[in-house]
Amino acid sequence: MLLRGSGTAGLWGWLTLLLVACEARASEITFELPDNAKQCFYEEIVQGTKCTLEFQVITGGHYDVDCRLEGPDGAVLYKEMKKQYDSFTFTASRNGTYKFCFSNEFSTFTHKTVYFDFQVGEDPPLFPSENRASALTQMESACVSIHEALKSVIDYQTHFRLREAQGRSRAEDLNTRVAYWSIGEAIILLVVSIGQVFLLKSFFSDKRTTTTRVGS
Amino acid sequence: MAGLERVSDQIIEPSTGLGYVKTMKIQLIGFLMNFWISFSLALYFHSGEREEKCIIEDVPRDTLVIGNYKVQRWDIHKQDFLETAPGLGMFVTVSSPSAEVLLSKLYGPQGTFSFTSYLSGEHIICLQSNSTRFVAFSGSKLRIHLDIRVGEHFLDESVVQAKDKVNEVNFRLEHLIEQIHHISKEQNYEREREEKFRKTSEETNSNILWWAIVQTLILISIGVWQIKSLRDFFISKKLV
Repeated sequence: MLLRGSGTAGLWGWLTLLLVACEARASEITFELPDNAKQCFYEEIVQGTKCTLEFQVITGGHYDVDCRLEGPDGAVLYKEMKKQYDSFTFTASRNGTYKFCFSNEFSTFTHKTVYFDFQVGEDPPLFPSENRASALTQMESACVSIHEALKSVIDYQTHFRLREAQGRSRAEDLNTRVAYWSIGEAIILLVVSIGQVFLLKSFFSDKRTTTTRVGS
Repeated sequence: MAGLERVSDQIIEPSTGLGYVKTMKIQLIGFLMNFWISFSLALYFHSGEREEKCIIEDVPRDTLVIGNYKVQRWDIHKQDFLETAPGLGMFVTVSSPSAEVLLSKLYGPQGTFSFTSYLSGEHIICLQSNSTRFVAFSGSKLRIHLDIRVGEHFLDESVVQAKDKVNEVNFRLEHLIEQIHHISKEQNYEREREEKFRKTSEETNSNILWWAIVQTLILISIGVWQIKSLRDFFISKKLV
């Protein structure tokens, strides 16, 4: 891990790359939001950075959640109620701490699993152009295009995984609901029909005779 | 940005050729700076003193997951979050999909933890502080900075700066190969899950069919039993 023979130019390039690298940050978190709860996340963003917030509800209830994104001065940049999935891109107009919250306060007993992906800034270039004497070689540009393609593959894969998880959660819900309902209905059916017969029998088994006829 | 100034001072010195020690020092400072920068810009959220916050990571098997965190405590007197809180630690607990505990350790106010998944599935990473203060202490909360990385598809900048072009491309290629392996593992895992999904759907389908048949049989037999029982009853009561 030694910087063999790298001069000051290399170090400047590395430092600049670091500066650019620290602007690009992507956090994706999957967490469980209990009923009547609200969870907020904060991030410090530099002015002019392009950011993207994307979220999806994976399990729970009607698969929806409230989301709200506020700037450093409390200005609401994005507010949606009962959304299943959304993606919002904005450019930070000021320096400061941006806050986004997910709320499940409208739900009484279902807790939701929420996934979000907050991307701050663009990814750093693969081959930094600071200390470069010539344009990128063919190998390097091939690397760059493969890297971009792989990034989008990973992105699609994540989306697909989330959608599949949501579908599977619904299917499992359906399965348990069908099982409980069929057992429940079988029991109710038996109880009601047997009860009917005994009730009817009880109408006719009074002590007093009900079959005296007039004029016999 | 104090760290940057320190390093730039060293660079401006006249260099007759970078000696071994100087190179190592610069690299070490840069490496530490990377650490510091990555901590100071991470996503954070608030939590109560004794509250346990969990996040879920759905990963395929044999995947390395690395987490960085930093925790700060709210100070009533200064009305701000303290930079370092002495004695404050975090219990990090990682449970596998089969509810088995993979990792359960106490780290300091800032730390890195990692684990490799044996099974594919939802792993739950929980963070809880080891604070022994009473919960009734109002206004006390923690600020937790968190950064979780799944698979090793992040760029390790400190190795890149080789003047040797071939090495640089070589390194990038290795990184790309790693990304491809990660994608391939995720695809396999996805196939397993889709199979489970399909089995659940088919089970629901056959459950419904079976239930419809059973319900019809119950209805018919109950109907026949009802009529027979009532007829016998009325005959015995000499009403028919």
